[in-house]
Amino acid sequence: MTETGPPRRGKPPVFLERQSYRRRRVTDAARVLPFIGLLLWLIPLLWREEGEAAVRSSSAILYLFGVWFLLVAGAAVLSAKLAAQTCDGTAEAEGRGGEAP
Amino acid sequence: MAKRVMLIEDEPNIIEAISFILSREGLSVETHSDGTTANDKLRASTPDLLILDVMLPGKSGYDILRELREEAGTVDLPVLMLTARGQTRDREMAERAGVSAFMTKPFSNAEMLEQVRTLMAETS
Amino acid sequence: MLNTLVFVGSAYALFLFAIAFAAERAALRGQARWLRSPIVYTLSLSIYCTAWTFYGAVGTAVRSGFEYLTIYLGPSLVLIGWWLILRKLVRIGRSQRITSVADLISSRYGKSNLLAVGVTILAVVGTTPYIALQLQSVTLSFEVFGVGDIATGEEKGHTALWVAAGLALFTVIFGTRNLDANERHNGVVMAIAVEAVVKLAALLAVGVFVVWGLSGGVSGVLDKIDASSLGQWQMDGGRWVGLTVLSATAFLCLPRIFQVLVVENENETHLRTASWAFPLYLGLMSLFVVPIAVTGLEMLPEGSNPDLFVLTVPLSQGRDGLAVLSFLGGFSSATSMVIVAAIALSTMVSNHVVMPLWLRYARGGAKVSGDVRGVVLLARRLSIIGVVMLGYLYYRLSGGGAALASIGLVSFAGLAQILPAMLGGIFWRGASRLGALVGLTLGFGCWGYTLFLPSFGAGVFLPEAWGAAGPFGIGWLRPHALFGIEGIDPLLHAVFWSLALNTGGFVLASLASFPGPLERLQGAQFVNVFEHSAAPRSWTGRVAQAEDLMIMAQRILGARDAQRLFEREARRQGMAETLPAPTPSFLETLERELAGSVGAATAHAMVGQIVGGMSVSVEDLMAVADETAQLMEYSARLEAQSQELARTAAQLREANAKLTRLSVQKDAFLSQISHELRTPMTSIRAFSEILRDTTGLTPEEQRKYSSIIHDEAIRLTRLLDDLLDLSVLENGQVSLNLREGLLSDVLDRAVAAAAADEHAAPLRIIRDPAAERVWLNTDLDRLSQVFINLVSNARKYCDAARPALEIRVHRGDRLVVDFVDNGSGISPEAQDVIFEKFSRVSDQKAGGAGLGLAICRQIVTRLGGEIRYLKGQDGAAFRVALPADIALAVE
Repeated sequence: MTETGPPRRGKPPVFLERQSYRRRRVTDAARVLPFIGLLLWLIPLLWREEGEAAVRSSSAILYLFGVWFLLVAGAAVLSAKLAAQTCDGTAEAEGRGGEAP
Repeated sequence: MAKRVMLIEDEPNIIEAISFILSREGLSVETHSDGTTANDKLRASTPDLLILDVMLPGKSGYDILRELREEAGTVDLPVLMLTARGQTRDREMAERAGVSAFMTKPFSNAEMLEQVRTLMAETS
Repeated sequence: MLNTLVFVGSAYALFLFAIAFAAERAALRGQARWLRSPIVYTLSLSIYCTAWTFYGAVGTAVRSGFEYLTIYLGPSLVLIGWWLILRKLVRIGRSQRITSVADLISSRYGKSNLLAVGVTILAVVGTTPYIALQLQSVTLSFEVFGVGDIATGEEKGHTALWVAAGLALFTVIFGTRNLDANERHNGVVMAIAVEAVVKLAALLAVGVFVVWGLSGGVSGVLDKIDASSLGQWQMDGGRWVGLTVLSATAFLCLPRIFQVLVVENENETHLRTASWAFPLYLGLMSLFVVPIAVTGLEMLPEGSNPDLFVLTVPLSQGRDGLAVLSFLGGFSSATSMVIVAAIALSTMVSNHVVMPLWLRYARGGAKVSGDVRGVVLLARRLSIIGVVMLGYLYYRLSGGGAALASIGLVSFAGLAQILPAMLGGIFWRGASRLGALVGLTLGFGCWGYTLFLPSFGAGVFLPEAWGAAGPFGIGWLRPHALFGIEGIDPLLHAVFWSLALNTGGFVLASLASFPGPLERLQGAQFVNVFEHSAAPRSWTGRVAQAEDLMIMAQRILGARDAQRLFEREARRQGMAETLPAPTPSFLETLERELAGSVGAATAHAMVGQIVGGMSVSVEDLMAVADETAQLMEYSARLEAQSQELARTAAQLREANAKLTRLSVQKDAFLSQISHELRTPMTSIRAFSEILRDTTGLTPEEQRKYSSIIHDEAIRLTRLLDDLLDLSVLENGQVSLNLREGLLSDVLDRAVAAAAADEHAAPLRIIRDPAAERVWLNTDLDRLSQVFINLVSNARKYCDAARPALEIRVHRGDRLVVDFVDNGSGISPEAQDVIFEKFSRVSDQKAGGAGLGLAICRQIVTRLGGEIRYLKGQDGAAFRVALPADIALAVE
């Protein structure tokens, strides 16, 4: 989590395009991640609850916390990526995408 | 032929006094006391001298004089103006209207006579 | 044991005081950076985990299996999805200087205080039971340690009271130390961060002990779980989803969470760290819940309170140290929640309830800023004490039983009602104040009816019959089966209907209403907050700022002055460009310059808006309003002064005009007098010179001229007498010689005197002797003078062939004497001036000086009457009206 990213250099526009495209996808991922999490945490509702085939609690714990820590890891990665691009001052402009007045 | 003086004045006693003085001098005096008809009278028979009071019933002496000066027949007529208002402003107004001489009431008979003589001499 | 615990608890409390104090000191010394690291921010969010979750999660796990997880899953998802909502919320909170969740709603909807009060009430109602719950859990945990010692409810109450008092004291000390516009509390945040570590450590320690100490490692514990009554996955799908959503919602709406999440946020980038660190924290907090629950079920006797397994499991194993640590964890959970909740609520109560009331009722006192500050601090302190004590009272009154256990989710559901207005406010520009009001009212009402009031038990607030048959027998209004839909879990039922009605009302009312201008402005600023506020510390932002500042300064100071100022500042900064960097000192200078033109608060707000992307806060607005009021007062004074000036000028003009008129009148008067005096003198002089100089005058001529001189001398004397008379009358110096006499006598004398004028034509006089028999008490000589004048005027001026004058007398409310002749009368234009000095009806006809009627008017006025020309008569007509009181009774 550092504020000081690499200083902007005079790169050719084509790379900037590509960079900004990547940034868009990072913010997209940041938006989608909670929905992925929700979806994964809703899956246990599909599990069978009665009889022999019922899912055991130990598996449930492993699954639920597994999802949990994966989400944490995903959020950490995205947050680091977002941190890197906020320093370039373009993330805010990206963020506006879905909030046109 | 005696020279003619016309006197336009509304105060009867003053008319009497001036008429007396001038007739003793051998002048013929014609008097009028109404301002409104004065110009007509003057046009009808122009005198050698006009003695004019300022405060006249109907029309002021200034107006009579201004009208007089606009007419060819009377443009040079000697006019002696008498006024009971002795202020500088009245004198100025009289001069602007084209007066020949100006005297303040009350006047000395001798001075008045002298003025009349002077004015008559200039024209003849 | 209990004494040890009291000692440990007190020591821990002192330790927290010390931490908070040290943090405040460090902040004062400018070392706040490490105090405000992203980790501290993340840890401060942990106030979400209260004693209810610390102890209660295990209990819930025992009762409902994995359902306890939902309480943690919701907030985790919210933080993982920070980019969607929290980022915007925090940005808005910072740029708009939001101080509480009530302030957020109020600000968004046109600074509506009604909404703020509504949300505040909602928050207090929703939070008070929750505070009670914390007090209860602390009391319970004490009880666990001293089963034999605490016997009575009375002593439980004492424990709760001591805890409540201690918490109030801590909160007052560290929550109201400073009244920063940003509402940040370094000491408090640091203390709750430490508490967050303590409670996590405690729970982890107990968990580790349970897993590795009692269950033989991970595989052992998993086997144990599968073997227990929790062994099979069982879940009510509705509750799983519903509670996850509810906890996510509550995380956004809880006042205490909003306090640490938005208000105490130091730096937006901290949120990025929290986005993964806080879910991690929650994961760790919930990781060992099931193992502890299973172990407790296995080891403790049946009927033990599962809510206290976290304490009782270590105790039962003789691990007193671990139990104390666990106790401290629970204690930390409870205290941190109460502290932050009290701060958040007190901010709302004082800002939205106390201050508006104070400002309304203490008008005039608000001008001194220090004054307001003191009041705000006092209001905060009292609110904190009030909120904590309210929680204590609730605890005592509710008896601390099972009623409290369910209150956590009830409270969540109540506060969740804020969500539609909040999310609608930050994402939908069309959201309106009316919508928010309708939605909140519907949601709050529905929640109260279906969940909150029934939570006290049947028959406490709602009649029992209502639950079975509905109010007044209306079946579809049953609190747990609205609209006849039965069989749903009561909590889900309440959450569903309250949020559905809330959202529906909010959307419909918003669509139907038309927001006011301030509301629309705020709406645009909230929804498009990323366009209105600059990203922090961005280089491009700086240049833009300097330009914006320049533009604004030019508008206010004028182009030349602004350019000069900016150049000077740029030179001072040693910069080549014309635009200086917006350093604090430059901004200060600029603000001062602008303040000279527009007032300090306005200048601050304007500069702030450009530099920090800060919008105008309520305080700014208040100050601006204050300045505006002062300006208005000032300009009102100016206006009054200029009106006064205008009045004075008008008076002066009038006086001047009067003087000019008087001067003109005086000139005219003097000129008239001169004329009137000179005319007789001319005759006198001329004839006296004739008499003197002319020889040979006849005796007749001599006599005639002498008599002219004589007449004119008399005329002159009369004129001087009249002037003197008039002057005396006009100056009011004449003293009336009051006598009694008959009106007829006075008229007789006047007619006789007028007839004495031998020059005049004969005049027939018509009188009415009967009417004239009026006794008068007045100055008879003066009255006679008036009558003489009128009669002789008629004699002089009546132009009829056979002149006649009728004198009529009649008495009404006044005594009236009319003199009407049969002549042609006086022309209308002359009628106006006949009473003026030197005005003659017809010039020189009768040789009067024109003072007669002027003198008459002065006399009649002096006698208290009135003289005027009567219009509409055949000839000239004068009316003398005298006051009735000079006429005595008829003989």
